[in-house]
Amino acid sequence: MTEITRRDALKIGAGTAAFAATGVDALAQGAPKWEVTPEKGASIRVLRGSRFVQGDETVFNENVAKYEKATGVKVRVDYEGWEDITPKAAVAANVGKGPDIVYGWYDIAHQYPDKLVDVSDVANYLGAKYGGWFDVCKKFGQTKGGRWIAIPLGAPGSKVVYRISHAKEAGFSEFPKDTKGFLALCQAMKKANKPVGLALGNAVGDANGWCHWVVWAHGGKMVNEKDQVVINSPETIAGLEYAKELYQTFVPGTLSWLDPSNNKAFLDDQLSLTTNGISVYYSIKNSADPKIKAMAADVGHADYPIGPVGRSTQLNLIVPAMVFRYSKYKNAAKDFIRFMMEQEQYEPWSTASIGYFSHPLAAYDKLPIWTADPKHTPYRDTMRTMLWPSYAGSLGYASAGALADFIMVQMVATACSGAKSPKDAAAEAQKRAERYYKV
Amino acid sequence: MAVALGRQAAPRRSFVELLDDRRVLSVLCMLPAVGLLVTFLAYPLGLGVWLGFTDTKIGRPGVFIGIDNYISLFDDSVFLLSVYNTLVYTIVATILKFGLGLWLALLLNNSMPFKAFIRAIVLLPYIIPTVLSALAFWWMYDPQFSVISYVLSKMGLIDRYVDFLGQPNAARASVIAANVWRGIPFVAICLLAGLQTISPSLYEAAALDGANPWQRFRNVTVPMLMPILSVVLTFSVLFTFTDFQLIYAITRGGPLNATHLMATLAFQRAIPGGQMGEGAAIATAMIPFLVFATVFSYYGLQRRKWQQGSADD
Repeated sequence: MTEITRRDALKIGAGTAAFAATGVDALAQGAPKWEVTPEKGASIRVLRGSRFVQGDETVFNENVAKYEKATGVKVRVDYEGWEDITPKAAVAANVGKGPDIVYGWYDIAHQYPDKLVDVSDVANYLGAKYGGWFDVCKKFGQTKGGRWIAIPLGAPGSKVVYRISHAKEAGFSEFPKDTKGFLALCQAMKKANKPVGLALGNAVGDANGWCHWVVWAHGGKMVNEKDQVVINSPETIAGLEYAKELYQTFVPGTLSWLDPSNNKAFLDDQLSLTTNGISVYYSIKNSADPKIKAMAADVGHADYPIGPVGRSTQLNLIVPAMVFRYSKYKNAAKDFIRFMMEQEQYEPWSTASIGYFSHPLAAYDKLPIWTADPKHTPYRDTMRTMLWPSYAGSLGYASAGALADFIMVQMVATACSGAKSPKDAAAEAQKRAERYYKV
Repeated sequence: MAVALGRQAAPRRSFVELLDDRRVLSVLCMLPAVGLLVTFLAYPLGLGVWLGFTDTKIGRPGVFIGIDNYISLFDDSVFLLSVYNTLVYTIVATILKFGLGLWLALLLNNSMPFKAFIRAIVLLPYIIPTVLSALAFWWMYDPQFSVISYVLSKMGLIDRYVDFLGQPNAARASVIAANVWRGIPFVAICLLAGLQTISPSLYEAAALDGANPWQRFRNVTVPMLMPILSVVLTFSVLFTFTDFQLIYAITRGGPLNATHLMATLAFQRAIPGGQMGEGAAIATAMIPFLVFATVFSYYGLQRRKWQQGSADD
């Protein structure tokens, strides 16, 4: 995949330089007091996923250097493959030794809430200063009792990525807003021999994203507010029937697709439509291959369409920052997380990450990256509207287990492939989910 | 330490004298090895078995729940499927690896030009890190970019790309092929070593007795190869049964869990899923299979008396 260099990121930023020059501090609302100071001689270790876009790591490191200079705290950042973060953090939590801060994934914090430092002060401070946290942040960041155990850094937003010209050829000058129109669009694309491709393999990001959406959009859900498994419902079955029809428009082989598969096929001009982060647009825009680069103007981003439930039902990855109780420098760790979320650091980082991470704080809606290119804008509201993996229930061991076992994805894949009828697929998912949600 | 011990024991029997006792000496000599085995093998294994009897979650110590994990697993279609997959994977891959490996060993045992060089090349698949070869296979099996499909379609043999990993049985066959490709060199080189220890005079004697090539193979090569064959078979079965990397890189257990092995499922449940106790139970459930496979291939094949020259019973 083509990577975004710092230079490219700067170019994007240049268009909004005027805003940026005067913009600092403009977003802060009121000035709550931050009184936690790092311990003397503190040194902290940070573990986070390696970059998907070059600018992310570059500016993250610059911000770290800024922090070291400002406070004298030593910070070491380890970048690891994104799938290694969850197991490493789990081991650290278990043995009580390891990095002070982990930037993890999803509901990771709810797997060991007792091992995490209360970061309510950080959350309250940032929330008060930057227009408040989006609702989903509270779901991910707080325990049931309202104690903050993780600070969401952002969410790599997933949207529908499509070829504008293919949609036009199919008779859609505007991207459909509802599931009915969406199916019609996909069918028309398939008819024009330009198929759709959504992952149905055990792809943590891509498959989870659209499979949850399709079930939720029709009113199905894994569990209700009381954490009772209710996946085997007429609504779920309706969702599966819909997914089955959608599957007829797919390119062959999606049952084995892992996360990178759709990017490869989209870049190779084999797909009209898929779901992805903004990164695929950037690999096109910055491709060394002029043929691929020419596609950039033709790439459109759109929200997942709204289904019969009448509201947006999207799932995205989310990156929570956690401080472990065993840390010797808890204050320094908290202060570091706070520092990285402040506009002076967050804005350049967000710009350099080309909108790969959508922000968790309402005031950051005005970050320049979201309007630097109109194609960024759909990613702006990711965290404002997104749901969480175990919607409408709570996050915890059961939800993490059910998610890791790909119950939702495999239910959709089973129904789509015809291995089981939608009815039987839903019944099987119910049985599998009940294993995790047993009391 | 030795000096200190010696001084303490001085009134009765000196430490050096104690060392003259063979029993004491042998215990002392074995201690480091026993220590290593206990620390790095017995303890983790015991801990794993113990975890399987608890409801430990990541980050939360569990309590003893007896065989609840196992009861729940036997009602879990995914686990049962993974047991089936593992058995199919191991049996089919092992048969293919041994058939092809033995064939390759017999070919390599002939004298030919550049013998040493060719033998070295044969080892290549085994030398390449598993993850690298797995990634290569992942590309080769890709539904959109498979080089195999590309070649076949250019030759006009197929009109749409092969869906190697999209259908359960095709996916099983594909990962087995990858495992066989990786495993053949190990089997071939080990068996080649075995073949070279067979004295040529045995073949000469057999030839003088009028034995044809098949009879020579059946009555000289096979029995002489049996001891090493059983050892290689044991190892090969163990490696195949516990395979993880190939599956994790190529299919991650998909499609629809058709290639999930017990090892990959144990990992998925224990680490990303946080269900440490259940993951440990799945891993523990592999032990009886492994013990059976070991006992079968080791004793079953070595028991035969005709290796020692007496009649088979």
